[in-house]
Amino acid sequence: MASALAIATPATPATSASMAVRLNQVARTYRAGTIEVPALKNVSLEIPFHRFSMVIGQSGSGKTTLLNLIGCIDAPSGGTVEVCGQNVAELNDDATSDFRARNIGFIFQSFSLVPVLSAYENVEYPLLLIGTPPAERRERTLVMLQAVGLAEQARQRPNELSGGQKQRVAIARALVKGPQIVLADEPTANLDSATGASIIELMRRVQAQSRTTFIFATHDQQLISHADELFSIRDGKVVEHRTEAGR
Amino acid sequence: MKLLLKIALRNILRNRRRSLMTGSAVAAGALATLLFGGFAFYIFAGLETNNVQRIGHLTVFRAGYFLFGAGNPAGYGIERYHDVMTLIGNDPVLQPMINVITPTQSLLGIAGNFSGDNDASKTFIGVGLIPSNRQRMRRWDELRTGSIPPADSRLSDQDETRGLIGFGLARILGLCRALALQNCPSVPELPESADKPSPVLNEDLGELARRDRGGNSAGAPHIELLAATVGGAPNVVSLTVSGAEPQAVKELDDNYIAMPLPLAQQLVYGRGEHKVTGIEIQLHRSEDLRVARARLNTLIRDNHLDLDVRDFAELTPFYGQAVRLFSVIFLFIALVMGVIVLFAVVNTMTMNVMERTNEIGTIRAMGVRRGGIRWQFVAEGWLIGAIGASLGAALAFMIAALVNRAGLTWVPPGNANPVPLHLAVIGSPALVIAVWIGLVLVATVAALLPANSAARLSVVDALRHV
Repeated sequence: MASALAIATPATPATSASMAVRLNQVARTYRAGTIEVPALKNVSLEIPFHRFSMVIGQSGSGKTTLLNLIGCIDAPSGGTVEVCGQNVAELNDDATSDFRARNIGFIFQSFSLVPVLSAYENVEYPLLLIGTPPAERRERTLVMLQAVGLAEQARQRPNELSGGQKQRVAIARALVKGPQIVLADEPTANLDSATGASIIELMRRVQAQSRTTFIFATHDQQLISHADELFSIRDGKVVEHRTEAGR
Repeated sequence: MKLLLKIALRNILRNRRRSLMTGSAVAAGALATLLFGGFAFYIFAGLETNNVQRIGHLTVFRAGYFLFGAGNPAGYGIERYHDVMTLIGNDPVLQPMINVITPTQSLLGIAGNFSGDNDASKTFIGVGLIPSNRQRMRRWDELRTGSIPPADSRLSDQDETRGLIGFGLARILGLCRALALQNCPSVPELPESADKPSPVLNEDLGELARRDRGGNSAGAPHIELLAATVGGAPNVVSLTVSGAEPQAVKELDDNYIAMPLPLAQQLVYGRGEHKVTGIEIQLHRSEDLRVARARLNTLIRDNHLDLDVRDFAELTPFYGQAVRLFSVIFLFIALVMGVIVLFAVVNTMTMNVMERTNEIGTIRAMGVRRGGIRWQFVAEGWLIGAIGASLGAALAFMIAALVNRAGLTWVPPGNANPVPLHLAVIGSPALVIAVWIGLVLVATVAALLPANSAARLSVVDALRHV
């Protein structure tokens, strides 16, 4: 197993932001034909750095929309979204892409690995996007694969990996560049309970080692115990915010 | 770039069957275009070689001959043509370019065969030339067509009375048997009532010609040539027919006579100053044609000569017509193939975008710009095009090599004799490169449309796509 210290840690934010995420009266409405469907209704919240934050709510409550806005892959219908001190609305499309490439890692429910790339190449991909030098790229990729226990499977393609292994690759891919924030949208939903538990355990462990800000969306009440910060969301509104004592 | 191509190649291999079909369409396009292009290039080369062997690259005429000289070739003779040839041949710019420089005399007249039972006559179109120069010109094959006529001793500098006639003219004048020509019917017997030329006149013409040649070549088939001299007086010479040579066009075949220049000059100019109607210049390389022509014009202008220069394409309009015809057919085939490739690639890339929508969303979320997505799919189109065009080119090389070695022959336009059938694919790098680039460009442009659709996808919508 690789040294915990070798896992990439996030760089110091460019601004002196005190919060990883700050949402102010954020609304997001989708339009289905002539019908407007509000997914988020004037949500205001702050998520601190270096915490394992969890957004919990039923299916359709607005968790994914919230994560999409924080991940800068969606734009709010109203209000402002600040991520690592950056007002996302001020960035154009390319700048938003670059911002995501440097600061945000994603872990998806359906793993979403690039099928034609090996586990190693999938993990290496984000480093290529930010222009990491080859030697450093190789070292960081191998360290991450070791950290998630997949050093032996480095050459295997996604279709040769189990669901749990795929999600481990996805976790390694999200963390390898040392992002400020990792967003995980129902990362255990497609896994059996034992594998899901091991994935949560892994995420908790690497979060503790890397001090990366994790924002984890789930509908599974059993996972609440893992959260440092808990945001309960219902019908597009944050109905509860709880900070776990001692964490 | 490396990652881009790696992902592109692996995606192509991932959808093997689809990629194979699209790549095959590109390969078929390249194959068809290259094979026809190779054939057309060979025709162009064959026509050029044929013309340059016959009349050289450039011909110097007396001013006005090109437009009006056919009606009175003798009236457009170049005076002191030896001086003109020396001027051209010794020019430091032209000298290294010139392979052969030779005078020619065009003439019109009446040819008659009054020997034995024959009493046939026919108008002719004649050319007087220097046989040894003709031989040297016929060996020109810069374009490596392989169509070099065998050495021909039927015309000789040493015997100024020997000449060649068209196959058709030989038939008309009743020389088939005398020349032992195959597939050449004899003149049928005319009914008694038919009009015949006056035997007295025929005998007179024959006697006149015999006196003129001093009674030489007795026993060999010969014909009498009657023409008007520059002064307008009739003149007769006798030509010993050493053979018949088929000409490509029937009108020429039925009228053609080639003879040594001195004989032609004797017929046209009599005892006057011997001139020529043209000075033919064959260059070592066709690419020097433009420079050589410009230099000739400069020489003519600087020396105040009443001369004009024309190239072989102007003198043989058929060459330009054939080149244009085959070029249009080639463009049509290339266009059809291009459209097929365009639709095949658009279809394939559209399916690829649809199947990989979620993947597009994922890598966009990871930070790939819209431009990166666009380039990814454009790279796939480019790669399919490049692989398909390369395979097509390789196939075209193989098929061309097989055809070229099969020993097939055909009679190209403008030729009277069969020549080897050749597909000039391997020897035409410009054609291969142009077709390759063209098809790859079409495939790349075809990929742009679906690539733009992929790039415009909303990240959230793409991630939701199942």
